[in-house]
Amino acid sequence: MAEILIERISKTYAGGKTPAVDDVSLTIRDREFMVLLGPSGCGKTTLLRMVAGLEYPDAGRVLIGDHDVTDLPPRKRHIAMVFQSYAVFPHMTVLDNIGFGLKMQHRPPGEIKSRVEKAAGLLQLEPYLGRFPAQLSGGQRQRVAVARAIVMEPAVLLMDEPLSNLDALLRLQFRAELKKLVQEIQTTTIYVTHDQVEALSLGDRIAVMRSGHILQVDRPMTVYDHPATEFVGSFIGNPPMNFLRVGVSRGDGFARVAIGGQNLQAPPAIANSGDSDVLMGIRAEYIQASHANGPTPDGFEADALVVEPLGSHLLITASVGDQLLKVVTRADFDVQPGQRLHLQPEIDKIRWLRTSDGMVIGV
Amino acid sequence: MATSSAAVQGVAIATPQRHAPNRWPLYVMAVVLTLFFILPIYLIAIAAISTPAEISAFPKALYPRQISLDTLLFFLRFPGVVPSMINSVAVALLTLVLSTTIGAPAGYGLARFVFRGRDAFKMLILITRAFPIAILAVPLAVSFINWNLYDTVLAVALVHTTLALPTTVLITSSIFLAVPYDLEEAAWTLGCTPIGAFTRVALPLAIPGIAAASIFTFVLSWNEVFAASILTVQNRTLPAQMLSTLSNSPLPYRFAGGFVLIVPSLVFIFLIRRYLLSMWGRVVK
Repeated sequence: MAEILIERISKTYAGGKTPAVDDVSLTIRDREFMVLLGPSGCGKTTLLRMVAGLEYPDAGRVLIGDHDVTDLPPRKRHIAMVFQSYAVFPHMTVLDNIGFGLKMQHRPPGEIKSRVEKAAGLLQLEPYLGRFPAQLSGGQRQRVAVARAIVMEPAVLLMDEPLSNLDALLRLQFRAELKKLVQEIQTTTIYVTHDQVEALSLGDRIAVMRSGHILQVDRPMTVYDHPATEFVGSFIGNPPMNFLRVGVSRGDGFARVAIGGQNLQAPPAIANSGDSDVLMGIRAEYIQASHANGPTPDGFEADALVVEPLGSHLLITASVGDQLLKVVTRADFDVQPGQRLHLQPEIDKIRWLRTSDGMVIGV
Repeated sequence: MATSSAAVQGVAIATPQRHAPNRWPLYVMAVVLTLFFILPIYLIAIAAISTPAEISAFPKALYPRQISLDTLLFFLRFPGVVPSMINSVAVALLTLVLSTTIGAPAGYGLARFVFRGRDAFKMLILITRAFPIAILAVPLAVSFINWNLYDTVLAVALVHTTLALPTTVLITSSIFLAVPYDLEEAAWTLGCTPIGAFTRVALPLAIPGIAAASIFTFVLSWNEVFAASILTVQNRTLPAQMLSTLSNSPLPYRFAGGFVLIVPSLVFIFLIRRYLLSMWGRVVK
């Protein structure tokens, strides 16, 4: 039970040209599940390892529960960590693996036994306590790694891509279990992943990282609906958010944007912004598609290029002017490639961003 | 360990495929080479388990006509043989302990820590083997006389340790490389000091490989003759003892002695060949 405070932390690896983590600050509230999300090389694992004490920062401080732990080794930070590679000890049984940390704390054997059994129970490992890791599947090994961490009842639980080495089906199943587990144990958690679905499904909040910086920290649906930058919008969500480059024309106190020669109303903020081009961001599922039947002031027409039935819904790739966008419709929408569509974005789901730096324009 | 053996297997599989069209000359060469080394060993072996009379007979038999322990017993009863065997074992064990306690931590350091000049250091370790032992032995003999170490088991063991260290360091570093660093980091997060993580996690996983390295050391010391001959007078090791008496001893003594010297080396090298291959693989890379 502890708050984590990361203050202006930086780290450049020996021989690295650019910093892996560049002046990052982040507060993780007590009992919060924080997901660090980003592409590989964005610095999320480095940031996690600095909280763990496995990397030493060049600058900045890490506080766990009001204690400055920046100069403390991992064993004195009251943390537990789950590694991407599982890192279960191959020469110990499941029982000894889970009990290893408690043994290092010189807990009485009775307490170790009962706590190990409880943790093993939470992760359904009771039948395997006597086995060695080599006799377990990948999924079971990962369970051992998680049990070994939570049995410590740490102040902070750190997880470094714990699901990425599992196959797809197992990952889905274990993700749900993990969510249930962290709700039960209520430990402050930092979870690193490059999988945006994992981030959305698990996190209380998501910190999206790129090139050593945090771009946005918000609740999952806020990050999804209100991406702070073009990168966040295109990294989160499948399909990624559509970003259409549109020209702005202004009248007296209002503005219009032109998409493929068709005009669409724009909010006052665009009128006041002074940009001649802006990016219009809209999620594929917030676009209403129908067959073209003349222009409307709140919609535009586009040509269907590719139609992909995905079972629960239909994914249409359409072109407007020289730009492509994705549209999700009901599975029974009857459309053929080459047909002209009328697309109506939900007006309050449109995000406006600057073309220069991809940052959102306040509305 | 699994990865290194897999890599070795991979090489073994890949090579014949690449040379598939004309691999039989390769096989012929391999057979010739093998016979070149195996044949003398075979002849020594059958001589050692034949009767002394059989050894002196002519023409030589290519198989033992009558198996007998007389030749070996004759050798063991020869004056100075058993004490020198005891010396050899003592020197080899002492060398093993010294080179492992010095070399394994060095190997761990090379495997785990990135430091300036690491590759140069690895080369330097090997370069120590480039000095002919003849050049080293005479100044060493003088020094050992000054330190009252001359003609002792310890003196020979010290020199053998010097000779064994390069291989010990390189083998153990390849072994520690095969132990994932994650495991030690996991141990740190679970409350271990770096030394605790080493002794509880890295070392137990490296023990089989370290055992192999120490067997290699044992064989090296068991076979070494030059330094042992120069640094001892009374307390000879077995090879040194045999070298000094070989020219004026009977044939059965020579064959039995050769056999006794060869057998431990062969057995040990057979046991550790897997680790040797993985070591050279890494050094070449």
